[in-house]
Amino acid sequence: MISSIFRALRLTIISLVFFSGVYTLVIYGAAQLAPGKGKGDTIVSNGHRYYTNIGQAFTSDGYFNSRPSAVGYNAAGSGGSNKGPTNAAYLAEVQARIDTFLVHNPGVGKADIPVELVTASGSGLDPDLTVKAATIQVKRIAMQRHISEAALNQLIRRYTAKPMLGPDRVNVLQLNLALDRLQPKL
Amino acid sequence: MSKELPGIILMFVLTLALAVPLGKYIARMYSGERSWTDKIFNPVERLFFRLSGIDPHKEMNWKEHMKHMLIINLVWFLSGMLVLMTQQYLPLNPDGNPNMSADLAFNTSISFVVNCNLQHYSGETGLSYLSQLFLMFLQFVSAGTGMAAAALLFNALKTRTTEKLGNFYDYFLKSCTRILLPLSVIVALVLLFNGTPMTFAGKDTITNLQGDTVQVSTGPAAAFIAIKHIGTNGGGFFGANAAHPFENPNYLTNMVLMMAQMIVPFAMIFALGYYLKRKKFAWVVFSVMTIGFLMLVIPNILMETRGNPLSAHMGIDMSKGAMEGKETRFGAAATGFWSIVTTVISTGSVNGMHDSTMPLSGMNELIAMMVNCFYGGCGVGILNFFIFIILAVFISGLMVGRTPEFMGKKIEAREMKIAMIVALLHPLLILAGTALAMALPQYTASTLSNPGFHGFSQALYEYTSSAANNGSGFEGLGDNTPWWNISTGIVLLLSRFLPIIGPVAIAGSLAAKKYTPESAGTLKTDSGTFGLMLFAVIAIVAALSFFPALTLGPIAEFFSLK
Repeated sequence: MISSIFRALRLTIISLVFFSGVYTLVIYGAAQLAPGKGKGDTIVSNGHRYYTNIGQAFTSDGYFNSRPSAVGYNAAGSGGSNKGPTNAAYLAEVQARIDTFLVHNPGVGKADIPVELVTASGSGLDPDLTVKAATIQVKRIAMQRHISEAALNQLIRRYTAKPMLGPDRVNVLQLNLALDRLQPKL
Repeated sequence: MSKELPGIILMFVLTLALAVPLGKYIARMYSGERSWTDKIFNPVERLFFRLSGIDPHKEMNWKEHMKHMLIINLVWFLSGMLVLMTQQYLPLNPDGNPNMSADLAFNTSISFVVNCNLQHYSGETGLSYLSQLFLMFLQFVSAGTGMAAAALLFNALKTRTTEKLGNFYDYFLKSCTRILLPLSVIVALVLLFNGTPMTFAGKDTITNLQGDTVQVSTGPAAAFIAIKHIGTNGGGFFGANAAHPFENPNYLTNMVLMMAQMIVPFAMIFALGYYLKRKKFAWVVFSVMTIGFLMLVIPNILMETRGNPLSAHMGIDMSKGAMEGKETRFGAAATGFWSIVTTVISTGSVNGMHDSTMPLSGMNELIAMMVNCFYGGCGVGILNFFIFIILAVFISGLMVGRTPEFMGKKIEAREMKIAMIVALLHPLLILAGTALAMALPQYTASTLSNPGFHGFSQALYEYTSSAANNGSGFEGLGDNTPWWNISTGIVLLLSRFLPIIGPVAIAGSLAAKKYTPESAGTLKTDSGTFGLMLFAVIAIVAALSFFPALTLGPIAEFFSLK
């Protein structure tokens, strides 16, 4: 019995070295060959570095707003709302988001607000918008920035990723960076 | 939707196409046939055994197998506790995360040893990188343990009479080095080239475009996420699991991770067929599992793409479906698909929050874990299914008035008793656990984050996920309390080891019996009729025992949706 325990302990140590150590180092080594060198994809703009895949809070009317986040886009504490579909407090929150959106986006009808723009994502860090969720904000941004709606729609088209499989999406950060290049922040 | 459905079908078909040859490879590996991979792996495994003083050629009976399995699992559990409770003083902790409390370390260590990966912490704030890497080690070896038990089962069902059923350490190590490791390397590489981090640097501080300062957690994630899926473990590196854009950056990685969790459970079914030279039987098993899987997954895809009727009443555009708790890059269809894949298989990773899925989607997720054998986890899926095979053989044997036989061995009272105990243990742990939690609201009421029926579902889900060794959650539950940590910890232990020991004991007892060749009087187990019988037994034993509990939670919530 005792000798079995010792043998199990020795096997544990050597497997620990192998699976936690050697395997990790192999993948770490491979990471140095990957874009971003294992530190995640980044964009550098105006001397600032951003993570392409980590969504940011865009709340100002002059930017394409990102989706609601249960954790306020805290990239050191990801998570969803975990509110159930019949939870009254949750439904009131969605209703409040719809009302706020209508106030900030005059001229947009309620029936056109896409559901993804008033519901929080799973990670709280969703970097993307659907095409519709970006397009619905064009009128507001055009007014705020004095750019033509056509120019904004064209911008959205340019930054829409159309993968072979899976939904089309627009990276909000890339879109807003392009927006700032089109017309520097007021 | 037009581009989302082909993605889902492709994931399933591709996995199946890869699983058949992988199954053949696994069967050859467990039966000790030579293969070209020997050149690479033999020296590595010899080194393991030399340094640990283990003789991998010494054959064991089933009891010795289980003894060695329990001993080494105990070693892992205790070392896990030690690492988690002292991580603050150990290296590789750039974010300065504190030690775990004793009850949380108890839960976490058990949870990773038993291949469940229930997580009552968030990776960003709860673990050092060293602890993450230790848990990653457990993700390898816990999957290897399940597969070793399945290999013993394969061996025991061979047509001969014996007590010697191979060597536990041999099966275990080969599963880790020859299956889990190479597959994990492939998946990790895909992740790396799609933007998943693999770094030892701590949190990064950046200034957002709007001018806010935020911290971004990173870490050696790619290596971890690969084995988490290949080993059907499911524990996230980050709190949001595979919904996190670092863990699962795009639709391609989503497909790869989905396939990664299906491939070994699929392959094990075909491995059984190749190993016993009963390919048709393997296809019967696969078909029964797939029918059950489709009955759960199709409604979920439909319900999630249709969305929440209560949001629809608000008069907004619902075309993207139930997007609460879901990511734009995956969409509702792929998230609905994942929600069932991860629950029929005991992975438990999520790419969208189950707590926010529609009431009946939540019910299907629960049923998937209550049945717990439509594919099932690495190795243990086959063991769970084996119990139902025994029950089905016995019942159908009695129906036609013949002695029940499986693979030429008589099934008698002893095997039936064990099978019934194992089959009833699962509902007992889930229902008694939930009942206790409801009877003691002073410990649990304040932890339920949703009111009414959904709150009950949260507690039911937690025990179901624990008993199925699944690890997903209705994560709104405030589960880092002594009550949840200790009670689910106990459920985890019982529901891991008894459902391994039970089937293995049956297998051991069958192997020792006299082999009677098939005759005209033998009940054919590789037929559609038997498949139907199997399905009926699963539906009656597993699903119906849970029906009353389901009416109190998700079904009641569904009727309140008006």
